[in-house]
Amino acid sequence: MKARVTVTLKQGVLDPQGKAIEGALRSLGVEGVASVRQGKVFDIELATRDKASAEEALKSACDKLLANTVIEDYRVEIAG
Amino acid sequence: MRAVVIRFPGINRETDAARAWKLVTGREAKMVWHADTELPEDTDLVVLPGGFSYGDYLRCGAIAARAPIMEAVRAHARRGGLVLAICNGFQIACEAGLLPGILMRNAALHFVCRFQHLRVERADTAFTNAYATGQVIKVCVAHGEGNYVADDETLERLRGENLIAFRYCDANGDLCEDANPNGAAEAIAGIYASNLRILGMMPHPENLVDPLVGGSDGRGLFESLARALVESV
Repeated sequence: MKARVTVTLKQGVLDPQGKAIEGALRSLGVEGVASVRQGKVFDIELATRDKASAEEALKSACDKLLANTVIEDYRVEIAG
Repeated sequence: MRAVVIRFPGINRETDAARAWKLVTGREAKMVWHADTELPEDTDLVVLPGGFSYGDYLRCGAIAARAPIMEAVRAHARRGGLVLAICNGFQIACEAGLLPGILMRNAALHFVCRFQHLRVERADTAFTNAYATGQVIKVCVAHGEGNYVADDETLERLRGENLIAFRYCDANGDLCEDANPNGAAEAIAGIYASNLRILGMMPHPENLVDPLVGGSDGRGLFESLARALVESV
């Protein structure tokens, strides 16, 4: 079973890297970009076939390590 | 008076911390490996040193904060034991929940390595009793992610309970913007836990203990700890 975890900065947390990327896109002439926020993606393979236990394991992984919930939100997607 | 320095893979200032301790107290600090699960029984002070544990993978300090030894460090902290967390150690302490907030990428995105003045915000703690309140000391900083961030409630609590240990300032003690190397909230360079027994700080007092390298203002921090430990016996 495959899953994707996306970790993003919470609203309101300053993201200097996103700002720098935003500026670089502007200087490259890429138009129409209003703002950029940088995040992280984790592609995870799970040994289990049970969706409920996969969800539980992924939530635990996020809370314990993958995200710092002081500043980050996470989203878990499990593929079919 | 037993100081223990925790050695994580990828840190590089552990010998500097041990050397500063030896210089000031005449005693050897004991190195403890991150994969160990126990601290020596007579441990008074745990130092989480600077460096780049696990190559700063995931988030600075995130993986080291989950190392096996950290459960013993937490237990030591719960007993009211002293913890000095410097630079990457500060990041580790925040990730481990020993201190509130988090250290984010420097506002200007550059790694900053320079001499740095700090204002001692209070001189009545185990870490600062050899200084005077408001004293300006010169140490150094060397980090890419030292931008202290916390929610408003936490910042309010740090101010209200007088838990800000050091602020970035200029040579005159002024908190001007140029003196803040990383954009940290309220120019925070270091904070205490509520019981004043844990200090996390981005700058390196352990590197300014010998006039040969440009100053010895960092000695006071280790002298303070030695005094506090002698008096508590």
